[in-house]
Parts: sequence; C-alpha cells; structure tokens
Amino acid sequence: MKKIISNAYLFTVILFLYAPILVLIALSFNDSKSRAHWGGFTLRWYMSMLQDRDILSALRTTLLIALLSALLATILGTMAAIAIQNMRAFPRSVILGITNIPMLNADIVTGISMMLCFIAFRISLGFQTILIAHITFNIPYVILSVMPKLRQASQVNYEAALDLGATPLQAFFKVVLPDIMPGVLSGFLLAFTMSLDDFIVTHFTRGAGINTISTLVYSEVRRGIKPSMYSLSTVIFAVVFIVLLISNFAPGAKKARGAGA
Amino acid sequence: MKSKGTRYLALPYIVWMCGFIVIPLLLVLYYGLTDRSGTFTFDNVRKIMLAENFRPLYLAMGLSAVSTLLCFLIAFPLALILRSRKVGKGSFVAFLFILPMWMNSLLRILAWQTLLERKGVINGILSSLHLPEQHLINTPAAIVLGMVYDFLPFMILPIYNTLIKIDDNTINAAYDLGAGFRETLLRIILPLSVPGIVSGVTMVFVPTLTTFAISNMLGGGKVFLIGNVIEQEFMLNSNWNLGSGLSLILMVFIIMSMALLSRYDNGEDAIL
Amino acid sequence: MIEMSNGWGGRVLRASAVLFSVGFLLAGCGAGQESAKNSSEAAAGGQDGGNNVVNVYNWGEYIDPEVIDLFQEETGIKVVYDMFETNEEMYPVIEAGGVVYDAVCPSDYMVEKMIQNGLLQEPDMSKIPNLKEIGKEFMELSALFDPGNRYAIPYTMGTVGIIYNEGMLDEMGVPYPTKWADLWDERLEGEILMQDSVRDAFMVALKKDGHSMNTTDDKELDMARDELIRQKPLVQAYVIDQVRDKMIGGEAAVGVIYSGEILYIQEAVADTDMRISYVVPEEGTNLWVDCWVIPKNAKNKENAEKWIDFLCRPDIAKMNFDYITYTTPNTGAMELLDPEYRENEAVFPDMEKVLEKGEVYHYLGAEDDAKYNDRWKTVKMN
Repeated sequence: MKKIISNAYLFTVILFLYAPILVLIALSFNDSKSRAHWGGFTLRWYMSMLQDRDILSALRTTLLIALLSALLATILGTMAAIAIQNMRAFPRSVILGITNIPMLNADIVTGISMMLCFIAFRISLGFQTILIAHITFNIPYVILSVMPKLRQASQVNYEAALDLGATPLQAFFKVVLPDIMPGVLSGFLLAFTMSLDDFIVTHFTRGAGINTISTLVYSEVRRGIKPSMYSLSTVIFAVVFIVLLISNFAPGAKKARGAGA
Repeated sequence: MKSKGTRYLALPYIVWMCGFIVIPLLLVLYYGLTDRSGTFTFDNVRKIMLAENFRPLYLAMGLSAVSTLLCFLIAFPLALILRSRKVGKGSFVAFLFILPMWMNSLLRILAWQTLLERKGVINGILSSLHLPEQHLINTPAAIVLGMVYDFLPFMILPIYNTLIKIDDNTINAAYDLGAGFRETLLRIILPLSVPGIVSGVTMVFVPTLTTFAISNMLGGGKVFLIGNVIEQEFMLNSNWNLGSGLSLILMVFIIMSMALLSRYDNGEDAIL
Repeated sequence: MIEMSNGWGGRVLRASAVLFSVGFLLAGCGAGQESAKNSSEAAAGGQDGGNNVVNVYNWGEYIDPEVIDLFQEETGIKVVYDMFETNEEMYPVIEAGGVVYDAVCPSDYMVEKMIQNGLLQEPDMSKIPNLKEIGKEFMELSALFDPGNRYAIPYTMGTVGIIYNEGMLDEMGVPYPTKWADLWDERLEGEILMQDSVRDAFMVALKKDGHSMNTTDDKELDMARDELIRQKPLVQAYVIDQVRDKMIGGEAAVGVIYSGEILYIQEAVADTDMRISYVVPEEGTNLWVDCWVIPKNAKNKENAEKWIDFLCRPDIAKMNFDYITYTTPNTGAMELLDPEYRENEAVFPDMEKVLEKGEVYHYLGAEDDAKYNDRWKTVKMN
C-alpha cells in the first residue's frame, strides 16, 4: 500500500515536470495553428525554424558565449583558486567574500550593476559585454569547485616535483593539474550551464542586434508565440536529454547504474 | 605556503573582480544615493515606502514565499521516497527529476503559457469535454505555478543530496530505540537535512523574489512585482537613481535573509 | 550547485566532451547559413563604425526583411538591424549611448523629446530626394512635433482604436463598441486587451472623460489613474504586440490597437468565420506618426541618409506596406496600391475627420513624464 502511494507520488511529480514539455513537443508537430486542436503531423515548423535567421544567430551566440565564458572563467578561476589556497587567512576571506557576491546577489542587481558599469566606462553594449558579464558570474562557480580538490591534493607532491628539478610550471601541469582536474572540469561544466541558462544578466547587458536564446524567447513571447518556438524547445530538450543520457548511462557508467533501484 | 609565487596567480582575477564586481556595485550605491543632478540624497531608498514600490515588494515576497514553501512540500517527500528506495545518484530515476533544470527556463515558462491561455491546451481539453473554460492565466496563482515549475528541481537536488548521505544505521538506531516514523522524521531526518533545505530554499527564494520575466509572461502585465518595478525604472522610465535605490534595498534584504538562513546551517558548504 | 557537480563526479568529463562537440556542430551549422553574416558581424563586436554599415533600430516586425536584403544588394552597405518594442524602451538606449545607432524610428512625441534633449542631428534633406514622395498633409502633421520638418522623415502613421470580435460580442449580447467608455462595460470582464504603455493607456482614460491626452493637470491625471484602476478587473492583460495574435486566436473580444494591425488581422481570419472590425472611438483618438531620425552620435550619417531615402522610394514603401500593413504617408506608394485598400477607412482614415477630435502626443518634459509614470505604476500595482 505504502509502495503504491509513493509510486503514485513519484509519477505525479514526473507528470508535473514533463507534461508541459511533452505538450510543447506535440505542438511542434501540430499542423494547426490552434493550440487546442490536432491538425495532423507536420515538420514545417522545423523548416521555418531552420530558416529563421534570428533563431539561428541566437543559437550561435548562446553557444559561443557559453563556451568562451566557461573557458575563460575556468582559466581565471583555477589560477585564482590556486593562489587563494596559498594565501593567509585575511586576504583569503576577503577575496572569497567578494567572490560570493555574484552568487548570493539577485541576478537583477548583478545585471543592472554591470550595465551601469559598461555605460560608465563607455564599453559599447554587445557581444563583448555579455561575455564579460557571463565570465564574471561564472568565475565563482569555478573557484568553488576547484578549491575542495586543491585542499585534497597534497602539497608534498608538488614540492617533490620541484625538488626533482621541475620548473613550477612543469610541476603544475604534471602534478597539480591532474589532481584537481575533476574540480576544474566540473567548474567548467557548471559555468557552461549557468551561462546557457542565464536570462536576466544578459537582458541588461546585451546590445544591438544580438540575442541569446533566452532573450529571443522573451521578446518573441511578448510579440506572440510562433510555432517555430515549439520546434526550438523540442530541439533543445532533445539535445539536453541525449547529452545527459549518454554522459550518465553510456557503457562505462556501470557502477552508477548498479547503484540504481 | 611555501610557493609564494603562486599568490600572483590571483592578480588577473582580483583585477577582474574589482572591475566587474566591486566597481559595478559601487555604481549602484552611487546612483542609489544621488539624484539626477548628482547630489547626495536618501530619497531613492526612502521611496520604497511609497505604496507603488512597497506593494510590489510585498507581493513578490508573498508569492516567492508561497512558491518556496510549495517547492519544499513537494521536494521533501520526494527526496524521502527516493532515499528509501535506495535510488542512487547515478540512477535514471534521480536523473529524471533533475533533468528539467538543464532546459532553458524561459522555454519552460513558455510551455505553461501555452497550457494556461484562454484558448490554450487546458481549456481546449476542457471544452472538448464540454466543461466550462477556466480563467487560468494572468493571475497570481499562474505566477506561483510558473515559479514552482521553474525552480522545483533546484529544491529537489540539494535535499536529495543531503538525505542520501544520512547513514541508514542512524535511522535504524532511532527505530530500535522505539521512535515512531513521525518522531524519526522530525528529530533525526529533518535536522540532518537542514543544510540541503537551506541551500534549496536559497536557490528558490532569491530568483523568485526578484523575477520579472515570469510575472510578465504569466501575469499579462497585471501582476507587478518588485523585479518589474526595478526593470521598468531602468528600461522604460530611465530613472537609474530610483532603480538603483530600490536595488540596494533588495540587495540588503537578500543578504540579511541569507545571513539569517546560514545560522541554521553548520556545514561549510552551506549556501551552495 | 557545487554539490551537484561533485555528486555527478567523473561523468562530468564525458558530458563536457559531448557538449563540446554538440556546440561545435551547431556553431558550424550556423556558419554555413547565409544568415551567419549578420550574426558573425554581431559576434565580432556588435557594432561597427568604420566599415560600410548602417546600424538600424526599428520596431519589431516593422519592415519587410526583403527590403533589407535589397538595400544591401543595391548599396553594398551592411545593415545591422535591431528592434525595440516601445518608445520608452528605445529612449534610454539612445540616451545612454551604450549602443550607437545610425537610424532610429521613434514615434512623434519621442521625436520631440529627442530633439529637445539634443539627441538628434539634422539629416541633409538634399541627400534624401525621395522625400518629395511624402504627402504634404503628413509633413504638416509631422511639423507638429518637429517644427520646420528639420529632423524627422515620416515612415508610417495611423490611429489608435478599438478592435473587436463581432461573433464573441454577439454571443455575449454586448453591442459593438463605438467609444472608449465602452471599455468600462462590466459585461466585458476578462475580455479586454489594454495597451501596456503609459501614454496609450492614459490616452484611453483621458479621452474617455474628454480631457486632452497631453494634459499635465494633476486632477485630470488622478481621475484617469482612478479610471484605469477601476477598469483593471475587466482587463484580461496589458500587452503590446500580442493584441494582434490574441485577437486572431480568439483569446479576447475587444482590444486597444494601432490601426495598422487591422489589415493583417483581417487577412489572417479571412478563411474563418471570425469577423473582426476596427473603430475609431467617438471621443477622438491619438494620431501617431513614426519617423526616421538620425541620432547625434551616429557614426554613419551618410549611410543612414541613404537608408532613409531608400525607404521613401515608392516601390520600397509599397513593399513595406504590403508586409507590415501600416498606413504609409508615401503618395507614390499609395498610387501603386489596390484601390480596395485606399478605400479602407481603418487604413487610410479621413484625415480631416480624425484631426477634428484627435490629437498628436507631445513630449511633456521629464517632470510631467514622471507624473504619468508614477500613476501608471500605481495602476499596475493595484
């Protein structure tokens, strides 16, 4: 009995989470403009999505920004994490305190403050300002995922490498980096996802003729929903689903599967 | 501590941080505490007391508190069930509950717009069953629904993460000592899952408190939250001073509630 | 969040590899498209002052995309095109100068505001020979907010009125609206779409009670505010461009809309049994003109003049009319039109009749603007 109730509960939550997405997917194949009636199967919304230059350029911008900002944030953040690790308590807590700000603060304040800053310094709003903004809110995630790994990594190995004649740079790449790699990678991935999903900060820092998927959806919706938006949702959902599925359950992840119910 | 040179590795980040975190916030402070001519004033901050600014803040706090509570009420039993079923971190079931987090949040709100509109999917189904159409969209309830939907995975994940770390022996010991389910839940499981709850609450409360997109998309411009006020001051009325003043209040409020929350949390990795 | 990444452990590596390849794949796709020219331009730094470009800032869906292509082909000037949704949203962008545009298309009162605040420069009218195509009466109209016609070149014009779905009103037993006061009819609860912009919303309430839409009188404004608050429970949503799609979709029975949208809507519902009409309310309405102007900080003034001149060419103006269906002040284009359109009063209103009770918005100054903004916020928060 208890099992039935808990099964029903799990099922209800799954329904709540996925029904709206499934409706979007269904509508993307619906050959009727009305949302309440099924007018037959069609792929024309996908065709019109592929021909829509706004959607394509927004996709490109989104991925480019996510990739570049995650990459740069990972480099800056890893460097910073190593340095912070070697700092005395006071400067360390000051820096970590400031690092926490963009994560704790409301996105709207972060976005507005950066917009004011770009305008004050006459940095023309556009691709570069979105990139800077995304790097800024991404770095903390990298630092916080690298720091625990650094703490675990032994300082001894690094010093041993130095004693054996390695340059600090060599020692870093051959000894330290492999140790902290999981943290660096998860930092990168986190940064990448945060950037992909951001709307508010981008909304305030974007400029002429440039949109990410989020800002495009926002302005399209205020103009009236086009069915090609449904196709876009379907494609994005499919990509996310497949990528995560492969990365979680591809052969090699057996251990994880074994732990499952 | 021996590799002193590495400290300079932080230089690029410190420069970046000053340029794009500290200076921007100082600018908000500057605009918030001056008027259009640049004279010092508390007017912008004080204007939060005006009904047209206060009520949206009040409403936002209400809707976001309700949403956070609902998220918790849905997520906690869910995490408990997952735990009792020994659903591991890598399992497909756990994966299902977290997956929506990766889908663009505005597209997920779009989905609800499609469902709730007057000629939307739900009303379409109702009318094909010869039931009366319902007025669903453009209400505070629709906004709460959107908030819960958008942020539920952010509540599930941290609670689930802390729950599966609780040792079975701890719980069994409680039962062995004669505690019932209720007592075990309230005195063992709940206290142990506080860090997860705290981070879940943070991850839901702050974004819902400050949103303007959800209220715009599901509120039809009829429901006005503090996020909408601030966005409008910047983007429409070009009153940066008032917008900054209100942002300052919002920021202080958030930081204060964070500080309050983190007192209930002993772990170092509290907020995240 | 950190919890998550740690929890998901080593799989992260593989996930990132996949994400990478997907990213490159999609980026590659985009690059293959002709359209990528646009986006890579934007990606390369958004805007460009040095090269042969013109940065255009226009309303959403306010041009035939083919016109942009034609312009680029004929002149070799690249168009970087961006859109805004309301005048109020556009203004701070130009004022802040964070983004630099060469040609912008604001409405009447916003043109006036930009002139007064020194944000515009005078185009060299001799470089815009096609200006002669713009009808005299429209230049006179434009002189109301641009004295001497020194800054603005009219692009489209029209009225604001009430659009209604005849079938839905019949079903409810509500007579067709003829005046603004009909938008306060309680039988229309949940059926009204109001404009989500300050001036348009207040215009409706002010005109209803016989006040000027440019009033700065506190009492009249308070009254309008209270009327809007009283109306709010009847309003389904405050929207802007969505009025069009919502009327076509049968979401609402009545709405406040720009006259230009009516043709598009009527064509969209032509094959259905829906009948949608437009009326200019008795109390008088707003007569608006959207104009091309050149901001003071424009970097490509000559290209902007070429752009504006191109849009004034009768065949181009006709293309735009066919696409956006907003009334064109271009007499050359009007002659090319179907007589059926010219007789449609919603599209080409009898100017004398409309001007009798109608008004053009004027810029009121920052202080009086704030009077409107503050009251609008009060309406919204209620």
